[in-house]
Amino acid sequence: MSDMIEIRNLTKRYDGVAAVDDVSFTVEAGQIAALVGTSGSGKTTLLRMINRLVEPTSGQVLIDAEDTHNLPGYLLRRRIGYAIQGHGLFPHRTVAQNIATVPRLLGWTADQIRDRVDELLTLFQLDPAAFRDRMPHELSGGQQQRVGVARALAAKPDLLLMDEPFGALDPVIRAKAQDDLRHIQRQLGTTLILVTHDMEEAVTLGDRIAVMDKGRLVQYGPPSEILTAPATPFVRDLIGMRERPFHLLSLTPAHAIAVDGDAPGAPIARDASLREALAECLWSGRSAVPVEGGGIVTLAALQAHAAPTARAAE
Amino acid sequence: MHARLDRPGLLFAAIGLAGLALPLVQFKPNRIVLGEGMTLAAALPLGMPLALLLAAVLVAGCWRSSAAWRLIGAVGALVGLVLALGGSAGHLTPPDNTLARVSPSTGFWLTGLAFALMLADAIGRMRPSLPVRWLLLAVAVGLVAVVLASGILDGVSVMREYAARRDIFLREARAHLFLAFGSLGLALLVGLPLGVALHQARRLRGPVLSVLNILQTIPSLALFGIMIPIFGWIAANVPGAAQAGVAGIGVFPALVALFLYSLLPVVSNTLTGLTGVNPATREAATGLGLTSTQVLTWVLVPLALPVLLAAVRIVLVQNIGLAVIAGLIGGGGFGTFVFQGLNQTAMDLVLLGALPTIALALVAGIALDLLVEATSRRPKGT
Repeated sequence: MSDMIEIRNLTKRYDGVAAVDDVSFTVEAGQIAALVGTSGSGKTTLLRMINRLVEPTSGQVLIDAEDTHNLPGYLLRRRIGYAIQGHGLFPHRTVAQNIATVPRLLGWTADQIRDRVDELLTLFQLDPAAFRDRMPHELSGGQQQRVGVARALAAKPDLLLMDEPFGALDPVIRAKAQDDLRHIQRQLGTTLILVTHDMEEAVTLGDRIAVMDKGRLVQYGPPSEILTAPATPFVRDLIGMRERPFHLLSLTPAHAIAVDGDAPGAPIARDASLREALAECLWSGRSAVPVEGGGIVTLAALQAHAAPTARAAE
Repeated sequence: MHARLDRPGLLFAAIGLAGLALPLVQFKPNRIVLGEGMTLAAALPLGMPLALLLAAVLVAGCWRSSAAWRLIGAVGALVGLVLALGGSAGHLTPPDNTLARVSPSTGFWLTGLAFALMLADAIGRMRPSLPVRWLLLAVAVGLVAVVLASGILDGVSVMREYAARRDIFLREARAHLFLAFGSLGLALLVGLPLGVALHQARRLRGPVLSVLNILQTIPSLALFGIMIPIFGWIAANVPGAAQAGVAGIGVFPALVALFLYSLLPVVSNTLTGLTGVNPATREAATGLGLTSTQVLTWVLVPLALPVLLAAVRIVLVQNIGLAVIAGLIGGGGFGTFVFQGLNQTAMDLVLLGALPTIALALVAGIALDLLVEATSRRPKGT
């Protein structure tokens, strides 16, 4: 079972200046929390305090009610997955050796390690026979990123930390990588805390979004709440006025607002977001699109859902 | 097809032909007086045809041809040149005359240089793989050993100097190797941990590197001069120091000097190698739960290895050369012959010290270059 993460009054000061200032929040087991903010907002420092790459000045991090300070830092980190921008793969080791890093540190047997490596490569859609013995520089950017995440998940951690994991990928590959990550995370039930500066990424992936500004946590809540009720002008700016309705639409799947009826044209997937449904309507000039498995989504319903008032009434 | 001119070949030919026109050997009634120069054509009964043959190889090298032919031509010519040197020594020295000396002269060195360059150029063009280059190095060393052991060159002045002091030569060779490798070992023993420490302690980098830089700029003779009174005083006044080998002159100060000169390359390359590792790689290593020792041994050192080996190369080649100076303060090594020779104005004796030093430095340099290359394009699975 996954772990619940509780962050209590966490503070980090450098030469008296607070990089992270008295931050508290809780991430439920199996959820994804996205830490968003501009650069210098303290989000990365906050993340690095969770696995104690940075030692907090004060405050606590509890994993399943256990204070992380009770373990030596390196032992704690072996229990927590960690993936970063630019993947950080070891260039002198093969893909398999990279993935095997933490299991090796934990003293797994060679058989266990080999099985786990193949299992993960398959999970990340990399053919084990073809990729096991490759060197990192022989992989594409997207493949390197997947191996980086596979390495972070190798020892079946209950908590995974990611720092701008998709930052180095181009937009097409990034969307696919986000999708895959979401599926894998749901499948494994891993609790995930992720740092990003991209509000769209936060909205797409996060069950909860934590907005950081100048070291302080200014708002923490589900994406719809962040979008519809930004706590400060900073949060509103971060969302972007022009993007708000689209972010909001991207939160709801098409089947959720489907009503009985018929509409012409090709259907959209049940899980497609309302944002995709809107794009489809606009592009094909239809006022309603059918949803796979029955029902239609109308333009009028989409319009209603893109406005915060409708949300608030729900 | 129109054969085209080969520019390096033209240069080698110019050097080589000049060499053939200059005296191949010097014939001296005894080892100290200035002798009479003799060209290859004049020094041997078959000198003229041999000189023409060598010239033909040089001229042929002016046109583009396959690297393999150039290699064969250059090796053949070098062997011919060495045989000519040995032969002329035997031919020119009157029987039963133990005083007369035949030594290689400008012509020999220049012609030899031309063919050596041609050889290196040919090997470079063939782009041999790493194993082949190791093999070439071994063959070259073996060939030199065979030539020396065969006695072909025994009549040449340098070899006669060697024959007169065979035992001492072996002793000084050991001393030279001890100085060069011993100082390297000490420098690695101290320099590697120091480099690692400086990598961690950013603030100390500037001061420590400055001190090492200053050490590096002290001329070797001056350094010896400084050490004589210091170590002399220590040996005389610190109980047990003299028994431990501390002395103002001899092996001890020589070793210390070479060690000090080696520190900067070792420390700065260690630092460069470690800081050259991608920060994301290091961050990931720590983030995955490697201890700081594991980060060092699993990640940083393997990735910095080519740069570390480059430091070993610099230090070893530098110290093989610098160890000659040790001869001046009684530290032994090939320098002993060099300085004896200089004192007696016996150039052959100087060569007896200089030639093996150059050969050692050359072999060490090439071998370590090959090692550096082997580690930087790391094969799969290591």
